[in-house]
Amino acid sequence: MKKELFKFLIFTVLILVAPLAFKGGYLMNVLVFVGINTMLAIALNLLLGYCGQISLGHAGFFGLGAYLSGILTATHGLNPWLVMPLAAGLVGLLAYLIGFPILKLKGHYLAMATLGMGIIIYIVFNESVDYTGGPSGLSGIPALSIGSTSFDSDVKSYYLVWAFTLGVCLFSLNLANSRVGRALRAIHDSEIAARVVGVNARELKVRIFALSAVISALAGCLYAHTMTFISPASFGFNFSVELLTMVVIGGLGSIYGSFLGAALLTLLPEFLRAAHDYDIIIYGGLLMVMVMFMPGGLVRSVPDAVRKLVRLKGGAGNA
Amino acid sequence: MLEVSGITQIFGGVTALKDVSFSIAKESITGVIGPNGAGKTTLFNIISGIYTQTSGTVVLEGRNISGLPPERLAPLGMVRTFQNIELFSSMTVLENVMVGMHTKSSSGLLACSLKMPWTFKEEARIRDNAMRWLEFAEISDLAGTVAGNLPFGKGRMLEIARALAADPKIILMDEPAAGLNSQETLGLADVIKKIRDMGITVVLVEHDMELVMDICDRIVVLNLGSKLAEGTPREIQENGDVVAAYLGDE
Amino acid sequence: MQLDQILQFALSGLSTGAIYALIGIGFSIIYNSTGIINFAQGEFVMLGGMLTLFFIGLLQLPLWAAIPCAVLVCTLAGMLFERLAIRPLRKPTPINLVIITIGGSIFIRGLSMLLWGKDTHSLPSFSGDEPITIANATILPQHLWILGITLVIIGANKFFFYHTISGKAMRACSYNSRAAGLVGIDVRRMVLFSFVISSAMGAMAGIIVAPLTMTSYDVGIMLGLKGFCAAIIGGMSSGIATVIGGLILGILESLGAGLISSGYKDAIAFIILLLILFIRPQGLFGKAESERV
Repeated sequence: MKKELFKFLIFTVLILVAPLAFKGGYLMNVLVFVGINTMLAIALNLLLGYCGQISLGHAGFFGLGAYLSGILTATHGLNPWLVMPLAAGLVGLLAYLIGFPILKLKGHYLAMATLGMGIIIYIVFNESVDYTGGPSGLSGIPALSIGSTSFDSDVKSYYLVWAFTLGVCLFSLNLANSRVGRALRAIHDSEIAARVVGVNARELKVRIFALSAVISALAGCLYAHTMTFISPASFGFNFSVELLTMVVIGGLGSIYGSFLGAALLTLLPEFLRAAHDYDIIIYGGLLMVMVMFMPGGLVRSVPDAVRKLVRLKGGAGNA
Repeated sequence: MLEVSGITQIFGGVTALKDVSFSIAKESITGVIGPNGAGKTTLFNIISGIYTQTSGTVVLEGRNISGLPPERLAPLGMVRTFQNIELFSSMTVLENVMVGMHTKSSSGLLACSLKMPWTFKEEARIRDNAMRWLEFAEISDLAGTVAGNLPFGKGRMLEIARALAADPKIILMDEPAAGLNSQETLGLADVIKKIRDMGITVVLVEHDMELVMDICDRIVVLNLGSKLAEGTPREIQENGDVVAAYLGDE
Repeated sequence: MQLDQILQFALSGLSTGAIYALIGIGFSIIYNSTGIINFAQGEFVMLGGMLTLFFIGLLQLPLWAAIPCAVLVCTLAGMLFERLAIRPLRKPTPINLVIITIGGSIFIRGLSMLLWGKDTHSLPSFSGDEPITIANATILPQHLWILGITLVIIGANKFFFYHTISGKAMRACSYNSRAAGLVGIDVRRMVLFSFVISSAMGAMAGIIVAPLTMTSYDVGIMLGLKGFCAAIIGGMSSGIATVIGGLILGILESLGAGLISSGYKDAIAFIILLLILFIRPQGLFGKAESERV
């Protein structure tokens, strides 16, 4: 447990000093998105990596958070800090209610149903033009502020978003190493055995689904207020698949893996500008390659490979 | 302790169990035997809440538990093990048993995530208790091993330790000796007797006749979905119908 | 709302429904022989249309020659997909299979976008665009082509599964693949076969619908999902129930677009999909099965 806390402190320090390394340049803006995507990847990972339940509709919860926040602040002029818990709570409630019928389904059927749910939400964003502005988007969302400090620059947004992201990280790490986290992993490994020792699998799956939706919606709120403009294109099926790719690349069932996957997939397009049109091929290829050759994700495969290499060298030295 | 009365189970027109009744005394070891296809595992799945019977009732300590799902039975004191051991294969041996204590602990999702002060105490209690059960099953040296890497015999003991961690009054074991070598089977017999001596009622489905005759206080024989006989091991061995059913099956 | 209009919507719904049925049967064939829901199914539909265009445009082939070429290439792609992505999988858990087939799906889509760009294209109709009047409604000759070809494919499919050795072997695998293996059926070959048949059917569906709806690199998702919806209504049957599922979906969509709002047309399929999965996961016509441990 001490080791876990130590790891988290190191991670926090690295995040806090990162802006110094980039001197507030253009990359700061990208790092804000790394933070938001990390939150989203952790949310999906709690459901998929820990509990073993897939969702292909998480972009929908992300979008609902963003639109609720956007509409209530930009159109109705409510205070963003008030709206944030309200939006997250509403999305959580919705997920909780959908959760009961949807999580009765397993495997392929669950994937299809969550995919359908995500697409319905996306269609609503596009079609309810009066509220969302339709395909052309919603603008004029205010930036968050505390007192007279407005989080309107990249560096300020960075610290704001990462404060939330680190909170979500710590929250999820605690959860993973607790009684409830063990029950989640037990459901993943053998649902029937978990039920036999008294884990109410049905209820717990729904709660994690709702928690995952709350975190996604929170990320949506932050996204809306840092971007100040949102449009449906950011919340479609492709983004759900991108989130899935982050989780699978980083490592199913690893919180730091989610960060790694999110960072990689967010930064990669920035460094490979030329590769812009290749992104979906790359995601598709990565998904297949990871599942086939590195099912543990980078967070496990890389240390394994390093260990093997060291042992190989050690062995050669002895021979 | 456990009353099974008039259990009938029909799967899509096929009658798997027909009007099966028997009762099980407290702190006893009862064996359910019968040729292949006699309906033993179906009966277990009904008692443990995995299937819901077509008709009939199961009563645990005076309480009708018919149709209750497995997660509701564990808090009432009934747990089971599986023929092809069902472990949480990606978790460590210790963690497996810690999950067994799920109903004996109560920290909720938020309390766990926010590490409320009382969760530390509970976590320590879960860990200590789980360790004790590992010692009981003589696998405490494997506490840190990932359960999926255990040899089959150790896996079986782990499954039993996990079931015991739920502090049951009655434990159902589906073919506990299947896949064990003779050495391990002897060890198993000792463990099962020790479990009874702790005051826990044991019901087992088993093919290993030597084990059944050795440890069971009572035996229920099923054949083709109906109860054929019931009695002490000696009575069963001398029962002509039972011998005929087994020879007919060969 | 006039009766004529309803008739018109129903008629056009019938032909899109036929397309959904073809795609849905493709889903069912693979599902029944492997337990996999192939998320890449829609991409083979897209490939059918795009490849036909490619053969017409680049190789200057006439339509009747381009179609078999496109179906052939699609079928090869389906085989490759099974061989390279599905078969080598060490831990074929449902989640891994979902991720692999989704990966395959967006990989194919991305590749098509690189090859053919993001523009929408239209395929020439098979026999002119002169509308035909039936009662007070009109339909295009292409609608008739779609209905006719669908009927032929479904008939051939039925014949294959019930009157040929390979077809019977595949049915045996779908009932109990272990038992089928024990009596000497090469189960892995049958799995490959199921990918061959469903990618060919998907391609054909993509080709006959392209003259009506245009085609582009990204039409696969929607068509695929709606085909899946048809299959779910039909209880994952590879026969008449899925055909009826497709037709119901096609007609409801067409009526919904006409009577309610065309923007929400696409949502209809997904709402039906969710309702069926929640309330009758065994399909509209199936009987409930007891869940086994």
